[in-house]
Amino acid sequence: MSGENAGNEFFRLTVNGIDHDVRDAWVGESLLYVLRERLGLPGTKGACEQGECGSCTVLMDGEAVCACLVMAASAVDSEIVTVEGLSTDGEPTDVQNTFVAAGGVQCGFCTPGLIVAVHHLLDRTPNPTDLEIREAISGNICRCTGYGRIFEAVRLARDARLAGG
Amino acid sequence: MTVINARSVDEALTALRDHPRARLLQGGTDLMVEVNLQRTSVQDVIALRQVSELRRWHVDEQSRAVRIGAGVPYAELERNPLALHLPALAQAARTVGSPQIRAAGSLGGNLGTCSPAGDGLPVLSAMDAVVHLRSATDSRDVSIHDFMLGVKRSARRPDELIVAVTLPLLDGFQGYAKVGTRNAMVISVASACLIHDASEGSIRLAYGAVAPTVVRARNAERWLAANAPLRGRPVFDRALASEFGRRAAEECAPIDDHRSTARYRRHAVAVLAERLLLQASGYGASREHTT
Repeated sequence: MSGENAGNEFFRLTVNGIDHDVRDAWVGESLLYVLRERLGLPGTKGACEQGECGSCTVLMDGEAVCACLVMAASAVDSEIVTVEGLSTDGEPTDVQNTFVAAGGVQCGFCTPGLIVAVHHLLDRTPNPTDLEIREAISGNICRCTGYGRIFEAVRLARDARLAGG
Repeated sequence: MTVINARSVDEALTALRDHPRARLLQGGTDLMVEVNLQRTSVQDVIALRQVSELRRWHVDEQSRAVRIGAGVPYAELERNPLALHLPALAQAARTVGSPQIRAAGSLGGNLGTCSPAGDGLPVLSAMDAVVHLRSATDSRDVSIHDFMLGVKRSARRPDELIVAVTLPLLDGFQGYAKVGTRNAMVISVASACLIHDASEGSIRLAYGAVAPTVVRARNAERWLAANAPLRGRPVFDRALASEFGRRAAEECAPIDDHRSTARYRRHAVAVLAERLLLQASGYGASREHTT
């Protein structure tokens, strides 16, 4: 195509606590694309690119949002946290561990988005009901598990946190 | 050819005056889908997510109205305290997409896109909302009924920004119902909002996704007013509710598309109108009559 969209955009994003300069993004480029292709953070997955599957869920200023629906150049001055930024010590988080323990991961494509959504839930609502768990992950589509083991993983993480684990 | 991050309404309006072809970006749930699927090659974009003025709302007890900034996300509309003031709007907000979408989407976006399936629009119509528009040079208030012109066409001029919506504080039942293929992440096949104004003595019904814009069932509303007392706590029997639904369905103009058929949509409107009227029956008194 012509250079119509080649805006040579330059902007700075704060991702997982680190400032990144983004160069040469085209006008309208999504945060999802920038994270994966320009910043080397492929943990955030891309599938539907229309906000329906939740596999690109990230935290932006503490809210769980679809990175595919965020125009990257508009995300300046926001705190962005991806699945890579949830763990502070390089070890899996409590939620990642319960997903493994409960067998909540099959093909794994939806997992990073679910992990982010579940962290968001448990940080906001420490003792969610089953209905609140279902609601919190209603925007994350999994085609393998049938969700049963995912719900179990969330309950395990909830109970462990409540027990002070 | 750039993305302008407006920090205030004034900054956004100046940018809009200087870039008349710019697209406005609030939550991104419509525009970014266009961009990602490359139906749109964007030139200039004015991003509004950092305009905090658009994210505020307040209740004016004196004028008995709630003014909601165009950028207040559905996630806030669905919760208390706003949900206590505007229960139908809260119900509509809860049916929007997913938590991720509701953290981003807003009434301003719903109005700006002006899709007949916009989940918030039947509520605005049934409540006779007023849309507040501003440009760099002037401002105006437009009734929701004059704002929606057609499928994705509104009365907003290219130099105007939707800054807020005002809805009345009413006593009486408020309900919203939506038909879709599943519970979460669904675009409406048909939707309806019923508002009872107990002090004025009126019932208003608006429906979505069954005509080029969200529309009111004016004939059904008039028929009901002529056939039932509507002040205070009216009680409606099933036969009356069923006839109300039948008449409401006559007033829509649905089409066949990939989401449903015109026939099913017309049937759905009748059922939704009937159910909402039965929910409104005796509201505030005992709840035993509801189904």
